[in-house]
Amino acid sequence: MSVDAATVRRIAHLARIAVTDDEVPHLQGELNAMLAFVEQLSEVNVDGVEPMTSVTPMEMKKRADMVNDGGIADDIVRNAPATDDRFFLVPKVIE
Amino acid sequence: MTDLTSLTLAEAREGLANKSFTSLELTDAHLGAIEAARALNAFVMETPDQARAMARAVDAKIAKGEGGPLAGIPLGIKDLFATRDVRTTACSKILGDFVPTYESTITSQLWRDGAVMLGKLNNDEFAMGSSNETSCFGPVVNPWRRDGSNTTLVPGGSSGGSASAVAALLCMGATATDTGGSIRQPAAFTGTVGIKPTYGRCSRWGIVAFASSLDQAGPIARTVRDSAILMRSMAGHDPKDTTSADRAVPDYEAAIGKSVKGMKIGIPREYRLDGMPQEIEKLWSEGAAWLKAAGAELVDVSLPHTKYALPAYYIVAPAEASSNLARYDGVRYGLRVPGRSIGEQYENTRAEGFGAEVRRRVMIGTYVLSAGYYDAYYLRAQKVRTLIKRDFEDCFAKGVHAILTPATPSAAFGIGEKGADPVEMYLNDIFTVTVNMAGLPGIAVPAGKDTQGLPLGLQLIGRPFDEETLFSLGEVIEQAAGRFTPARWW
Repeated sequence: MSVDAATVRRIAHLARIAVTDDEVPHLQGELNAMLAFVEQLSEVNVDGVEPMTSVTPMEMKKRADMVNDGGIADDIVRNAPATDDRFFLVPKVIE
Repeated sequence: MTDLTSLTLAEAREGLANKSFTSLELTDAHLGAIEAARALNAFVMETPDQARAMARAVDAKIAKGEGGPLAGIPLGIKDLFATRDVRTTACSKILGDFVPTYESTITSQLWRDGAVMLGKLNNDEFAMGSSNETSCFGPVVNPWRRDGSNTTLVPGGSSGGSASAVAALLCMGATATDTGGSIRQPAAFTGTVGIKPTYGRCSRWGIVAFASSLDQAGPIARTVRDSAILMRSMAGHDPKDTTSADRAVPDYEAAIGKSVKGMKIGIPREYRLDGMPQEIEKLWSEGAAWLKAAGAELVDVSLPHTKYALPAYYIVAPAEASSNLARYDGVRYGLRVPGRSIGEQYENTRAEGFGAEVRRRVMIGTYVLSAGYYDAYYLRAQKVRTLIKRDFEDCFAKGVHAILTPATPSAAFGIGEKGADPVEMYLNDIFTVTVNMAGLPGIAVPAGKDTQGLPLGLQLIGRPFDEETLFSLGEVIEQAAGRFTPARWW
């Protein structure tokens, strides 16, 4: 399988990465090189094989349902580019 | 007094315990070495004040007989590990001047045991790379050069800063991470020892995530013993990482010097590649001969799905990366590039903040997870991964204790020499990536030099949670091959 220019733009949008028109042909070439490389997986017989979900067999641990952390709002907003009174600021989302 | 930077970690530990020198003296010696080696670009942030303060505090503890297992040992920390109040960037522009308000579990365990932080080490951006050329701080230079040449070589990646700093004697050991070979390949390129532990052996909490089902941290060190000492402090269960293994941490150092007599060592025929340089072939046979001379038994084994590990990795790892890196949106931390809407702000921020390799991988990951392609790519790759793991299980079920392979298909290459074709760069990890796909432990030990005088490494792959056998076998190789230190030119 290979991707065309329109698909490159669609993937970039899904990935929320702006691309300029000049970048598209180059990206298309690179993505197609990677897709050509992984194409060899199609020759493996995977009938009846379970997909891997956990590389080491282990039981999912669950903690008790109680508050055990928090009260660190200042820490959480400390690295934000724009804040106001412990809120993250973003451009207007709702008209 | 001899140059304190030339000691091994184990020797320095002894010197500190005997009071032959203080941690402050040892730390100062390394800070001096770092300052004189800026041409290597191994450190992206030096923390001399903090290092001296930590050294003084630990000297006071040592004087009272309260030093921990790493008391006074100066280490470098890969910039992927969150360090409280010390800038942590993953060597990406998108994290900007991010200063964590918390400490990664692994580094907190190192400080608990008395280690001293010298600074943060360069790496490929978000650990994506095999040459340390994708860092936003520029490439790291390998302290090794080809005989009679002053071409600058890469130290490998992604833990290139860690490997270069350890090889150049700038720190006594370093933290590193390995998703497809990022500890073992740079160790092999620099004549240092690097171990990727079993998945789950070390906590991933507080380490910038790349591909969560593959990422595992480990040390890069000067000797096999040094790496065993560091492993004991880094390993352990952490309730903050649900994938961390709840099992006791053995005294890895006790495995050093243990007899390997009667151990079965698998030699996998699929690792004998067409066109593999003769010197790699020779190194491999030599390593096998050393293990045999130490009493191990060599057996031919087959890992039939080996050739599919790298292509499956280049689906699984980018898919997980595209998900993990979705958090970099310019809202909560790091770079923000404004746009007319929040959507445009996301797109502008991520276009400017991510480097070319990261953008490429996030996009390929997005594609293989997108509707209509998930089954053909991602699901199939995860099935192939099951088969790769099964190959190893079948091999270990036949009584094989460990598997010996070359660590890399070549010695270090020149900066800028590879990269036009991304797949060419990816082939560096051909021998190491299988181990991540199967979640196994793997150690790279320097074993010889190529015809141009550059170090080459061998890899030993172990059974799950059997790092001890790797240390025992690695020690045999190190004893036979000797240690490798670059001539100082910087």
